[in-house]
Amino acid sequence: MDNVAIRVQDLGKLYRIGQTVRRYRTLRDALTETALGAARRLRGRGGESQGSIWALRQATFDVGRGQVLGVIGRNGAGKSTLLKLLSRITEPTEGQAEIHGRVGSLLEVGTGFHPELTGRENIYLNGAILGMRRVEIEGKFDEIVAFSEVEKFIDTPVKRYSSGMYLRLAFAVAAHLEPEILLVDEVLAVGDAEFQRKCLGKMSAVAQEGRTVLFVSHNMSAVVRLTEETIVIDRGRIVMRAPSAEAVDYYMTSGLGQEGERVWEGDDRVAAAGPFHPLALRVLDGQGRASGQVASTQPFDVEVEYRLDQEVAGLRVGLYLLTSRGEPVFTSFDTDDARAFERLRQRAAGRHVSRCRIPADLLNEGRFVLGVNASSYRVRSYFTDEHALTFTVDGTGAPGSHWPEHRAGPLRPALEWHIEESRR
Amino acid sequence: MTTAAAASPLIEPEVTLIRPSRGWGGFNLRELWRYRELIYFLIWRDIKVRYKQTVLGAAWAVLKPLMTMVIFAVIFGGLARIPTDEIPPPLFYFAGLIPWLLFQDGVSKAGTSLVSSGHLVTKVYFPRMAIPLASVVSGVVDTGLSFLVLLGMMAYFGVRATAALWTLPLFLLLALVTALGVGLWLSAMNVTYRDIGYITPFLVQIWMYASPVAYSTTLIPEGPWRVVYGLNPMAGVVQGFRWALLGVGSPPSALMAASVAIAAVLLISGAVYFRRAERTFADVV
Repeated sequence: MDNVAIRVQDLGKLYRIGQTVRRYRTLRDALTETALGAARRLRGRGGESQGSIWALRQATFDVGRGQVLGVIGRNGAGKSTLLKLLSRITEPTEGQAEIHGRVGSLLEVGTGFHPELTGRENIYLNGAILGMRRVEIEGKFDEIVAFSEVEKFIDTPVKRYSSGMYLRLAFAVAAHLEPEILLVDEVLAVGDAEFQRKCLGKMSAVAQEGRTVLFVSHNMSAVVRLTEETIVIDRGRIVMRAPSAEAVDYYMTSGLGQEGERVWEGDDRVAAAGPFHPLALRVLDGQGRASGQVASTQPFDVEVEYRLDQEVAGLRVGLYLLTSRGEPVFTSFDTDDARAFERLRQRAAGRHVSRCRIPADLLNEGRFVLGVNASSYRVRSYFTDEHALTFTVDGTGAPGSHWPEHRAGPLRPALEWHIEESRR
Repeated sequence: MTTAAAASPLIEPEVTLIRPSRGWGGFNLRELWRYRELIYFLIWRDIKVRYKQTVLGAAWAVLKPLMTMVIFAVIFGGLARIPTDEIPPPLFYFAGLIPWLLFQDGVSKAGTSLVSSGHLVTKVYFPRMAIPLASVVSGVVDTGLSFLVLLGMMAYFGVRATAALWTLPLFLLLALVTALGVGLWLSAMNVTYRDIGYITPFLVQIWMYASPVAYSTTLIPEGPWRVVYGLNPMAGVVQGFRWALLGVGSPPSALMAASVAIAAVLLISGAVYFRRAERTFADVV
């Protein structure tokens, strides 16, 4: 018996372009395409490579039984495709994968819940959909109910549940699946911070029980904390497999967008963001040039350029600043000032730039990640890119730099110290 | 946390091989069998949910054929005066509607089943055929309820069941097989071509007029047209159902064998098409 839980060989998935964007077709499209295809064939041009994209290609790796493997990469790099292939939701175009044991995943929390059915009925239905046997569900039923903390409402249709109760019940079922191999896609995980913490807790518990986990995440500190090894995927290819700290470091320093500027041209998230249309995110140094490097002793600007296709009410455009390990440093929106928000209740259509100044003597030296969010609070989140751009802060001349030592933490503020002689 | 032991190292876990399927890939009946509990739960869900939030609830299962029967009795029996083989018109129409509605509801529900279960298809693996299969089979409960009403009507009109009553389930089975065959085709096509959603109601309507639901087969002239007519499996089902229950019309003939063969062709071709299309469901739906 060899000790491999997942063995992936040359796995690849080819998508036809348009398939993911336009989704389904109409018969008319199919008819015209067939006619066009026939015409192309008559002219002797094979159209196989045209209009298709390898979401994943030549992926080869093993996961040992009981190993916890991280998977990181940019949006659209192929992480989710990999999970979809391994959970058999979609079929590969080439290559193969061997899965030893039952696969479960936390990306399907609440899948198949029917609002008209009661909590009790949904436990059975959802359990069956996730692959549990009836006797298994019966055996764990009380445990699931206790875990979900919805005992009182177990015979109430779930449409009357609060969203918190709903998620708790859904998670309770998924958490009792007890697969030999657990796939976690944190990127897709729904719910609030509390809920995500629960997911991570469940995941480390599973890992400690000696089961195999594949953990896809954008949360670099979670990856480093929870996994020993990590693979980095970029544009459909596995570019690295290394101990997690090393892989995360590689990813944060090389895998991300251009230095100092990020444009979203051709990103399919943009199409879904309308009427908000992100154009660019820039870090501007003291001279106002886009730059991937700023000095910690000088203020610098960060600007988001965007277009509104129509007037938008209650818009706020903001930044996330994260460390290279993905730990948040701060979040700030352009209408954080209540008066500015009042004045800008309606933001007119057209091109805009939201610019803010990061003060001097605030950030420690090191690498930082900037994310962008545009939303109307409690109405809609138009666009989010949590890892849009990285930049480096140079610490020359920073407070305390006359001592050549490393200072921990993302901040290195110049604070006003008073030193007085104490009388006591 | 949960206490159940991790997979015992003594038991070699099942091995799943994931790779592109080539050619037909078979019907995957074994996989379908492994997921029989899921199919059971999907059927159970369809039945449970069907009449939720309706005031009359399960009464609709009976009201639908009853109201259609009244319409038929007024239009075809009362106004058009189409003969009903010496059977009281209500009984005649109701007996035809029971197998027909099993087919019609099965086809309509199966046709849209995959698209409306898109959230399942894109998130969990299971044999996709379970979805249209459950849609078709869940109609049996409605059929059973209407059948009780039919028995009541027979008692009221003083019509005795024939000795061929035992063949009744066979005709219903044929209706199910035909519905599943058509349902597999439509559901798989509907994933890629949403036109199917608009075509299905017409298809079903035309099919009803091509089956002896609102009239008797005796209206169809003997000769080649009878043969063409007999190729419609539902013609055989509806006629056979009336014959087995009420003793009207001719007993199943060689044409019945043709009906069975055509239903089988529909089912097998539907399954083949479905299996081929299945590979991209999650990408397209």
